[in-house]
Amino acid sequence: MSNKIYLYPGWIRIWHFLNALMFIILIVTGISMQYTDRKDHLLMVGFVRAVRWHNIAAIILIINYIIFVAGNIITKNGIYYRLKKQNFRSDLWIQMRYYTSGMFKKEKPPFPVTEDRKFNPLQKFTYVLAMYIALPLLIISGIGLLIPNMIITKLFGVSGLVLTDILHVTMAFILSVFFIMHIYTCTLGSKPLSLLGEIISGYHEAEEEE
Amino acid sequence: MKFFFALILFTGLSTYCSPAAVIISEKEGPIGKDTSLYISPFREKNERCFKCHGQGRYEYTNENLGMQVKALMFPQRIIDRKKFYEANHKSFSCTDCHSEDYTKFPHPGQLRMGMSYNCLDCHGGDEKFAKFKFEGIDSDYHKSVHFKLEDEGFTCWSCHNPHEYKISIRDSKNLKETILYDNNICLACHSNYNRFRLLSDKEEVNIMKKHDWLPDLAAHFRSVRCIECHSEVNDSILVSHQIMPKEDAVRRCNECHSKNSLLMSSLYKFQYQGKSRAGFLNGIILNQSYVIGANRNEYLEWISFVIFIIVLIVIGIHIFIRIHK
Repeated sequence: MSNKIYLYPGWIRIWHFLNALMFIILIVTGISMQYTDRKDHLLMVGFVRAVRWHNIAAIILIINYIIFVAGNIITKNGIYYRLKKQNFRSDLWIQMRYYTSGMFKKEKPPFPVTEDRKFNPLQKFTYVLAMYIALPLLIISGIGLLIPNMIITKLFGVSGLVLTDILHVTMAFILSVFFIMHIYTCTLGSKPLSLLGEIISGYHEAEEEE
Repeated sequence: MKFFFALILFTGLSTYCSPAAVIISEKEGPIGKDTSLYISPFREKNERCFKCHGQGRYEYTNENLGMQVKALMFPQRIIDRKKFYEANHKSFSCTDCHSEDYTKFPHPGQLRMGMSYNCLDCHGGDEKFAKFKFEGIDSDYHKSVHFKLEDEGFTCWSCHNPHEYKISIRDSKNLKETILYDNNICLACHSNYNRFRLLSDKEEVNIMKKHDWLPDLAAHFRSVRCIECHSEVNDSILVSHQIMPKEDAVRRCNECHSKNSLLMSSLYKFQYQGKSRAGFLNGIILNQSYVIGANRNEYLEWISFVIFIIVLIVIGIHIFIRIHK
């Protein structure tokens, strides 16, 4: 027996789908721009095409991000991203212990999904880091690279363009790792594809207490 | 975009039109050597010519009429003193290249029909100039599309105005200004249809439109010279002079935007030190610019690679335990 909880309204699902699609396009085109070679053997989609699609995908991602932030302010979805000091570290540890040990012993999740708790503490923490720190830094540095005239020429004797690029590439890498981990943790539901089904249907299937 | 390009040109022109100073010695400046303190040994002698040719208006005594005549100098015959004394040929007397008969006034008409010197007339076969490899430049030029225009009147002087030209790239301390200076040499004809038509019957070309496939066109025009894409790299001479037909121009972005960037054997050839700096590939480019694909950081790449492998291993172990427990 299971109870269905409607956790992912339409706008969240569309935002999530667009975000994922833009992430994939940005990763592929970003790598294509960085790892070019004069002999073409590492070139993935061609430099000109990569630049064009990277720019288009980035603009869509930015608009999508603004919708995400606005949606979190306007709707109750924002409460799922609020970190609380109380039991912060211990909750993280409990969840980490579950992922590294408890789930293999078929223990129940220490923080089951409810209407008031969409994410477990570890999810919430990583999502806040990704969506409210790494992604804004990625977007700001990306806008700088898109419009280089905006970037300060030198900072402490180092080229502003280089610093902006390092920040952009580093954030892009961190978010790419997050993306991979996110896809993997998406298989950690009651069945490997159940969480994927939830973000498509919008409903979380909460298992009833026996 | 057009406005921006015009702004670039304007900035360039205003840079080279700043007030002159009196010359005593040479020191390094942004474009080649700063010659603002140089005094030519022929300064007084040359002044006989500059008296009329140094500005747009001149005066002479018409002995037949017995009166002082004021006239406007033909624009192509005006030589800018400041630019001349900053140019490569600054130490020359006017009559080193022009006939001594020009010292007579009015100038004898047949002098106009004489041949001008070209670069090799002075620089060819001379040990003093051997390191500049003028013969190699000449050979490159003979393979260039410009050479095909010789019958129409194209010469070395078409690009390298002997009264103004400054070698810039070898001593450049400000590559952006050097790029602007060098590109303005090309644009003097390729964005001025009146000059262009002197040598070619081709239709007027809109430079901006022709290059609009380049992402961030203004950044490209600011950061590289026309010859980076339009000439064949030749390692045996200092600057390539083999301008290629437009069909053969570099169009593949990764020729420059890659680890083995073409720019290292052209624009940054004189600054190349062979080592990456702080892990950056082609680090010398970072002094002036940043080229995506050519300026990756090897340290960051290695750190990223290790982290990426660790993540995959952790996921792999997690999957393994999930399956076997």
